[in-house]
Amino acid sequence: MLALARWLSETAASGFIRERDWLIPLLQTLHILAIAAVMSSALAIDLRVLSFARVPSQSIADTVARFAPWIWGGLIVLAVSGAPLIVAEPRRTLPNPTFQIKMTLLVLAAAATVALLISLRRDAGFYAASGRANGAARLLAVVVLALWCAVAVAGRFIAYTQPA
Amino acid sequence: MEHIIALLQELEHTPLAVTIAQSAWAFPIIETVHVIALTLTIGTVLILDLRLLGLASLRQPYAAVRREVQPWTWAAFGVAAVSGSLMFISQASEYFENTAFRIKLGLLALAGLNMLTFELIIRRRAAAFEKGSTRWPGRIAALLSLAFWISIVFFGRRIGFTMSPEN
Repeated sequence: MLALARWLSETAASGFIRERDWLIPLLQTLHILAIAAVMSSALAIDLRVLSFARVPSQSIADTVARFAPWIWGGLIVLAVSGAPLIVAEPRRTLPNPTFQIKMTLLVLAAAATVALLISLRRDAGFYAASGRANGAARLLAVVVLALWCAVAVAGRFIAYTQPA
Repeated sequence: MEHIIALLQELEHTPLAVTIAQSAWAFPIIETVHVIALTLTIGTVLILDLRLLGLASLRQPYAAVRREVQPWTWAAFGVAAVSGSLMFISQASEYFENTAFRIKLGLLALAGLNMLTFELIIRRRAAAFEKGSTRWPGRIAALLSLAFWISIVFFGRRIGFTMSPEN
């Protein structure tokens, strides 16, 4: 990982990004906006699943159709904006245990989101306007939100932990 | 100006500010709370702006989308404001001198003004923000809102690069 980080940091692309002092904050801005889309969409689905949302007239199916595409679209933007951030400062990220934890949490959060959506779809109340989610889906909804928050926490802490 | 700096330096020496400045983990933790709160603030603002632009949530009337979304915007904004203030007091005079910080606060004021103008004047006059429909004043307010909030994120991030060694 260290060798890869060293090689990557010496590429022309890496230098190109680092030499422009506005480019990293710009990429991070795009990254944060995509996080906003993912987190808010996950929250919107979760609030409907947990019956906290103020739109009980909207079925869980409607809510999922409305917000789930923003989670997957947001994740694509996160990958596209995150990759050049790794290329620019590979030694800050790749060998950093916090970065590695973040990537693990990211996989878990995405998997939990898929599991939640599958679980909701199997539920009898999925298409009913006032349909309620079952206990398992409710629990998964909480896990999903906690995991996305954990990804954000780990992401921010990359800046405060030195590579091992 | 001297009075303001003196006041801010006094703020920096309050026990709470000193605790945040001296602790290794207080600032990163507060900053993380700030990031999560601001993503939820902007994400929920985005839902409303996209509705005004006629790009999303078209199955609900604007008023319904606003009712479902705005309480969460305010809750998240409250958390962002409190966590932001805690970061500010830890280095108040340095933030005050920081250009990116000043621009960010100015943009926040503009975003607030844009929202107030739209909610209190334009929306009341343009009677029908009905199901599926959009109106030009709403679209302009939404575009301004997007421009302000995106710039707020950029200059917010820029503060980290112009203030301290961490980023």
